[in-house]
Amino acid sequence: MEINKKSKSRLLTYFRAHGTSWLMMLPYLLFFITFTILPVAASVILSFTDYDMVQKPIFVGLENYFQIFLNDEYFIVALKNTLIFAIIIGPASYVICFLIAWMINELKPLPRALVTALFYIPTIVGAAGWSVWRLIFSSDQYGLINGFLMKWGLVNEPIGWLADEAYIMPVLIIVQLWMSMGISFLTFIAGFQNVDKTLYEAGMMDGVKNRFQELWYITIPAMANQMIFAIVMQIVNCFAVGEVSSVLAGLPSTGYAGETIVTHIMDYGNLRYEFGYACAMGVVLVVMMQYSKKFATWLIGKMGH
Amino acid sequence: MKDNNTARKLVLGKKKMGMDNRRSRFGNGLVIFLLLLLGAFMAFPLYYTLIQSLKPSEELFQFPPRLYVLRPTMDHYGELFQLMSNMWVPFSRYLFNTMFVTLAGTLFHVIFAGMAAYPLAKHSFPGRDALFAVILLGLMFVGQVTFLPGFIIIARLNMLNTYWAYICPSIGASLGLFLIKQFIEQLPDALLEAARIDGTSEWRVYFQIVLPNIKPATLTVFIFQFVNIWNGLSKDVVYDEQLKVVKVALEQISASNAYARMGSGMAGSVLLMIPPIVVFILMQRNVVETMTFAGMKD
Repeated sequence: MEINKKSKSRLLTYFRAHGTSWLMMLPYLLFFITFTILPVAASVILSFTDYDMVQKPIFVGLENYFQIFLNDEYFIVALKNTLIFAIIIGPASYVICFLIAWMINELKPLPRALVTALFYIPTIVGAAGWSVWRLIFSSDQYGLINGFLMKWGLVNEPIGWLADEAYIMPVLIIVQLWMSMGISFLTFIAGFQNVDKTLYEAGMMDGVKNRFQELWYITIPAMANQMIFAIVMQIVNCFAVGEVSSVLAGLPSTGYAGETIVTHIMDYGNLRYEFGYACAMGVVLVVMMQYSKKFATWLIGKMGH
Repeated sequence: MKDNNTARKLVLGKKKMGMDNRRSRFGNGLVIFLLLLLGAFMAFPLYYTLIQSLKPSEELFQFPPRLYVLRPTMDHYGELFQLMSNMWVPFSRYLFNTMFVTLAGTLFHVIFAGMAAYPLAKHSFPGRDALFAVILLGLMFVGQVTFLPGFIIIARLNMLNTYWAYICPSIGASLGLFLIKQFIEQLPDALLEAARIDGTSEWRVYFQIVLPNIKPATLTVFIFQFVNIWNGLSKDVVYDEQLKVVKVALEQISASNAYARMGSGMAGSVLLMIPPIVVFILMQRNVVETMTFAGMKD
């Protein structure tokens, strides 16, 4: 009884002191919990069940997870492709964004704004922007690439860029690279403009010889926080590739060559109604993202020291 | 005295020469070449979309395809408007739906996220850091991964086939709150203390002092959110034709006959790309200022 009273009064003092803070956060938190946290929590719970949205979910323990890793050959393909996106596009687009931001940092404001817009626009125009790649890589002779290859006599037959297993992934990588420069690029632009200029002068005194040394020993450590933010956004981008593959290469793509974890989730969720299984794959994906973030953060901490 | 000055000038001059040496002419040439190459890669698909929308039909199906247009025409745009005015839901309805949903989702998100960001940035209370860590974790819980349970939740809340299905999920996004919070954090505490001494309530401190000072951040979040909603509206949660948005309507037009309507499909793409581009260009300066504070410490 005594303890209960004590904890009650403690709660009261806490609320008296911090109630306004919580009240201000309340509207946002309601939406955040319902539409951001709850879906993930529901995924975790449903991942232990067999659920088709009509009948009640049946608890099946870890069976979905065993199925994913031991009994689903196309999940392995999807995993491999997702990792290829993460390993190639993540670092490549990250490094390209970083270098371009670094290059245009010394331009005058107007050209700098123009280049920024050019690199950012593909990210914000969405499907209306990237669907043109279907024409560029079209599998018939009217496709732009095929048209030119045939005109120049390099090939006799049109190549099935989005239909042939050998070409689907390379094409998707190019498209994904094109549209993934956005937010990390902006972050770097801002980061470069904000590096303390006196650091460069100090660096020259300490014997920094060329602009690459300047970049490595001064700029990168000064921008570490921006770099971590950019990498988080980049990781989310790479691991969530799905719509591009399903629209350009089809769902499923030829021989599942363009399958990613997200398209595999679409396949099981939207077409086969195996929600429990689809949710388990979602959980695996979120865990992978989290560990990639940890690894990338660790890597950036190592740079420039 | 004079000698001293010349000596200083000499040192300064040497320093400048040193700068120029480090930025060699070869390096500059290489930088410009790379920039042009990548710039062409970035710009080409946008250019090609525009060109294709202006080609008369006989030029669209020409072998080999051309990178330019001989006789530009607005026919496809006319055809597109014709198609849209013949649909049994008038085009103005799709346009209204899109505008309403995008603006409502964006405004509510900016207002609520801003209000939540202030205590997270400037109040200290037990549980704050843990809460912020959860919100950061939320950056990774994107719609592409959780769309299935998201759909179930919308269905359970009886929001299927309403505007709310579009609006509500976007309000609870993490990125906007994160950016605004980082921006508020660098506001000087003295600014807030001055008001608090006068006995102003925290609500008024937020609305009268914080809010006017975080305009770049709120505008940035406005852009991100606008773009996200404009591009991301899913057709699964709303199936009533009366409630659909422009993007879905245009996709239906071009999907119904991809080849015969390639021109009008391209025209639709061009139209869909305009609002995000305009919004971004108008507000670019604010975005760069906001991203300056977007740093994350692990």
